[in-house]
Amino acid sequence: MVPLWWYILLGVVLFVIGGAGVLLRRNILVVLMSLELLLNSVNINFIAFGRYYGDFRGQIFAIFVIAITAAEVAVALGILVALVRNKSTLKVDDVTMMKG
Amino acid sequence: MDQGFFLLFATVSVIAALMVVLARNPVHSALALMACFLNISAIFVLLEAPLLAVIQIFVYVGAIMVLFVFVIMMIDVREAVLQRFLPGVDLPALVLLVLLGVEMFVLVLWSDRFSVTEPVAMRGGDEIRQLSTTLFSDYLLPFEVASVILLAALVGAIVLARKEQR
Repeated sequence: MVPLWWYILLGVVLFVIGGAGVLLRRNILVVLMSLELLLNSVNINFIAFGRYYGDFRGQIFAIFVIAITAAEVAVALGILVALVRNKSTLKVDDVTMMKG
Repeated sequence: MDQGFFLLFATVSVIAALMVVLARNPVHSALALMACFLNISAIFVLLEAPLLAVIQIFVYVGAIMVLFVFVIMMIDVREAVLQRFLPGVDLPALVLLVLLGVEMFVLVLWSDRFSVTEPVAMRGGDEIRQLSTTLFSDYLLPFEVASVILLAALVGAIVLARKEQR
């Protein structure tokens, strides 16, 4: 049987890689994809803990996380399309319209 | 047996995740992310959560990644491919990431709460039925709220991406 901490460690590694993508990359599309990676690593943790402690709530929370992620991606890509149409840039650094 | 499969899927998913972050071309990132999601759904199967594995493939690979690829095709990414990779690495962010990783690593290895090797026996058979009963009785209100959020996101995405008529 696979010990629990292997799954947790996999979640940690994927989380750090996703965080690196969000913090270090400048392309908005890649930042959004790294965000998906972050949410997925959290899902692994939810399901692993739910399985090893015999609790369904882990899986139920993972379902909610997936639903909210779908909503988030739809809105984010809508904003991205509007942004490219108005400013024609894909770099995070160029989007400073909300800066005072 | 289980451990071998876990190591295989975990290695491939970590390599795919690295490719998502390191690839220059957003199309390559999207394809690597798809591979990563497929491997994570295989890990869900190893965790005996077949419903979640199927949902993962349907929602992430089937819907979200198609949305991403669609938007990449709509937008001209040729300029993004040419731009210099990691223009001036952000040192504070890098230090923060390394600290975060080391901290979580040490916590996982030190704490004895994570060293469980045998899962608690499930309450016998037909897990999906029990899961759905719990979801639709105890968690009915959050479920309805999630569906309203999805509807609001649908309307919001259409309004945001629509061309303004003048």
